[in-house]
Amino acid sequence: MVTNNSQHISQQFEKELQDIRSRVLALGGLVEQQVANAMDALLTGDSELAREVISFDDEVNDLELSIDEECIQIIALRQPTASDLRLVSGILKTITDLERIGDESVGIAKMAINLSEKDRPKRNYRELQSLGNHVRGMLRDALDAFARFDVEMALQVAKEDRDVDAEYEALLRQLMTYMMEDNRAVSRVIDMMWSARSLERIGDHAHNVCEHIIYLVEGKDVRHLSIEKAEKVIRGEPLD
Amino acid sequence: MEAAKEQRNVARGIDIESMQRGPRVNLADETTCLEVKDFNLYYGSKQALHGINMKIPQNRVTAFIGPSGCGKSTLLRCFNRMNDLIDTVKMDGDLLLDGNEINAPSVNVADLRRQVGMVFQKPNPFPKSIYENVAYGLRLQGVNDRATLDNVVEKSLKGAALWDEVKDRLHESAMGMSGGQQQRLVIARAIAIEPEVLLLDEPASALDPLSTLKIEELIYELKEKYTIVIVTHNMQQAARVSDYTAFMYMGELIEFGATDELFTNPAKKQTEDYITGRYG
Repeated sequence: MVTNNSQHISQQFEKELQDIRSRVLALGGLVEQQVANAMDALLTGDSELAREVISFDDEVNDLELSIDEECIQIIALRQPTASDLRLVSGILKTITDLERIGDESVGIAKMAINLSEKDRPKRNYRELQSLGNHVRGMLRDALDAFARFDVEMALQVAKEDRDVDAEYEALLRQLMTYMMEDNRAVSRVIDMMWSARSLERIGDHAHNVCEHIIYLVEGKDVRHLSIEKAEKVIRGEPLD
Repeated sequence: MEAAKEQRNVARGIDIESMQRGPRVNLADETTCLEVKDFNLYYGSKQALHGINMKIPQNRVTAFIGPSGCGKSTLLRCFNRMNDLIDTVKMDGDLLLDGNEINAPSVNVADLRRQVGMVFQKPNPFPKSIYENVAYGLRLQGVNDRATLDNVVEKSLKGAALWDEVKDRLHESAMGMSGGQQQRLVIARAIAIEPEVLLLDEPASALDPLSTLKIEELIYELKEKYTIVIVTHNMQQAARVSDYTAFMYMGELIEFGATDELFTNPAKKQTEDYITGRYG
């Protein structure tokens, strides 16, 4: 069942649902910006920008709380069913993941402050930048998939997460080599590892958002399934 | 793999199954109580039911939902031949109760209605005492033995969750009871003759929220013994009380399936539009 595009008899309810949808996208936009700024701060050693990211987290948290509250109001007052119910419960889960992405950006920003005080061999950051771009692409596509309720796109993002995980593993191995080559670099490389870890987690959260999208559009729960199994579930084929 | 997991859990004293949700109902696993096959019904030249096919499972609550005029009450009334009273009604197709044709000429309508009890929207107690209301069906059957009647009245009132409220005034008029009590009295009257099926046509729509909850609680208890079919305009009520839900629209059965599935992920767009309150 594709999410319904005919109008509710209650215009007020219609408006409320559209309102939480657009506010999720606004929250998505905020955390996208937070990730971008945190990465910039990390790569350029801009501690001022990093502090901005940290202080802006309050706004992200407030928006999450207010969407959360609105969803609870809708459940209490409207008793949504079917696609409406899936939309509201999907949003409740999605905003949790988006808020966590905000938290991970704060983590990256903190590492950026640490690293801004240390020496900065350029080649070390190239791989981190590449992982960052990859993850930001995933997040952008996940939010697009949410805006359009696009299940195909959501599946694509879920597939991307496997590449991100592989890229993260490779980066860890490389960072370990740096530590072995030069023990004065250990503290700096550990900070980079934490940043890489945060990026990998952001990828996981974007992946989760995509699972929520698939649930709210198709009514099918694909959590904890491999991509191949998830595709089967969506097509209504039996799992063997 | 699964067996190894289970062994490990047993060894650790973990009972995963008890932590998980019980099995969902599945129509394919049910015993059929009432079956409707290619059933059409006409009021004069106007067709009110179109080719209905469904199997209503035993000891379950099945709810019929749909907008006014969709045919849900008409179908419900067929199950105990209430439509016999309307001259212009014509029917074809099969209606089976435990595999036997309800409309067969050999069927005694009074016997059928003993097997298939019905409760209406507006409580309709007889202008008699509470006791006599419940005993009425048995007296009609010629039972007049005091001890038997006392026993059945108590059992039925307890079954209808009314006993504690009325046990001290059994011989007062039923007309002095509240609407909610009257409705439970009518249910007690229906179950006194131990029917197989209970048809409930909007049983709580004239009641306040607390009485409604009592009726719903009662329905949940009654399905142990009876097959229950309920027509309701209140979708939350259908969602709360029923195991299966049938959505009807303009005389057709659009969708019939497990209630939790139908209310979270309906298969048909018409069902979706109706239960979410959208323009069709």
